[in-house]
Parts: sequence; C-alpha cells; structure tokens
Amino acid sequence: MIVPLEHVILLSLALFSIGVFGVLFRRNAITIFMSIELMLNAVNLALVGFSRYYDSVDGQVFVFLVMTLAAAEVAVGLAIIIALYRNRQTVNIDEINLLKN
Amino acid sequence: MPLSLLFYFAALIAVGSAILVVLNRNAVYSAIFLVLCFFSLAMIYLLLEAYFLAVLEIFIYAGAIMVLFLFVVMLLNLGREKALPHFMKFQRALSLMLVILFFFGVSLIMVVGSGELHQPTIKFSSGSVYALGEALFTKFLLPFEVASLLLLVALIGTVYLAKRKI
Repeated sequence: MIVPLEHVILLSLALFSIGVFGVLFRRNAITIFMSIELMLNAVNLALVGFSRYYDSVDGQVFVFLVMTLAAAEVAVGLAIIIALYRNRQTVNIDEINLLKN
Repeated sequence: MPLSLLFYFAALIAVGSAILVVLNRNAVYSAIFLVLCFFSLAMIYLLLEAYFLAVLEIFIYAGAIMVLFLFVVMLLNLGREKALPHFMKFQRALSLMLVILFFFGVSLIMVVGSGELHQPTIKFSSGSVYALGEALFTKFLLPFEVASLLLLVALIGTVYLAKRKI
C-alpha cells in the first residue's frame, strides 16, 4: 500500500464529517442530497482502503453495490424533489412541513 | 515516494472541494465542486489499485448522477439560498460543533486503538475487472440479482413520481 491505512480512513472520516455537516447546515434539499452523496463516497473510500489492506475483493463488491444503490436513490430522490417543487414551489426544507401537526 | 505525495495531493483536493460543496449557496457551483471531488476520489481509487472502481466512479458518479443533479437544478431554476433568520444561527453553530466532536472523537479512537494495524506486504491482485467480475458472479450472485431488482423498483417508482398528478 502506498500510504498507511490510517490516512485513508482519516480522509474518509473527514469527507463523511463534511457530508454530515452539509446535511445539518444547508436548507436547500438538493444540496442536502449532494451531501448524502458525499457521505456515500466517504464510505466507499473506506471500503476500498480495507479491500486493499486485506487483499480481498469483497470490499470492492460492496462499493459496486453501494454505487448501484446511490444511482437508484438519486433517481427517486430527485423525482420526489421535483414533485415537491411542483406542489409547493420551494425546495427549502424549512417550508416543507406537510407531515407536521 | 512520489505516489504517496500524489495521494495526499488528491486528498487535499477532495477535502477542499467537499468543503466548497457544503459552503456554497449556489447549487450549480456545489454540483461542479462535487464533480471535482469525485474525480479526485477516482484518482485515489487508482492509487489504491481499484482500477475498475475508479472508472465506475467517473462513469456513474461524475457522469450519470451529476448530470441528473445539474438537470434538476437547472429545471427548478434555483437561485442563491436565502440568508437565514437570526434565531437559526445557534442551530448552525451547534451543527458545526457536533461535527467537529464527531471527527475528533473517531480519529481519537483510531489513534489510540491502531497499535495492531500493520501494513501488508503481499502484492495486491484483486483490483482488476476479472477479479471483481468473478466475485460478483460467483460469491455475490444473489446480491447482484437483488441489486438489479432494486434498480427496477427505482425505475418504476421514478416513472410513477414523474407523472403530472400524484
């Protein structure tokens, strides 16, 4: 391995933290979606690092499946955002409170 | 060691562009920086000898998913996100504090508990398309088929959601 495993995990942790921060910080539903993609990528990076570390292909298969899931999730999520926008004319999550009360 | 320097360079770009994704108020700029982040992650996958995944990262994430994102952002014609009312500032400071706590908590666990981590000396042999394909169609055949089912369900759900009236 060209770098110690710790550094790969640290990078993955940093990206995941930034993604969590984006979900907590932003009010725009599309940017929140991008932050979720960032978190999925951080997990992918950790899986690739461990796959390299243990010389096993299993981690890379997991990454493959996570990518499939991310594609499905983005398609459905963006369709939901478009439907929401059509009904409420906003993507600000503070104004979307249909299930409140 | 030029290759490890390349890793740190890509890591720096990935973290920097990720921060810009989160801090940008304009969703189009966020999407562009996310593409940059995905490209640097693909470079890191290459350096970790996951060749097929590096190509997939560019095809699926930087290609398909980001085009979908940009398409939706431009379709909805979003401008800049409005500034928050004053009482929300506390919430933002709290979120920043929680994330910093999370980051340093987990890295502390890693620093304290990583005494037994050793570096492998064996040559890596499972990053190729051949190895990944063999694992996918033998050991992981059922998850592979379930993933295709998931894609089918997502397809049907998206078509239903995209109808004019729901």
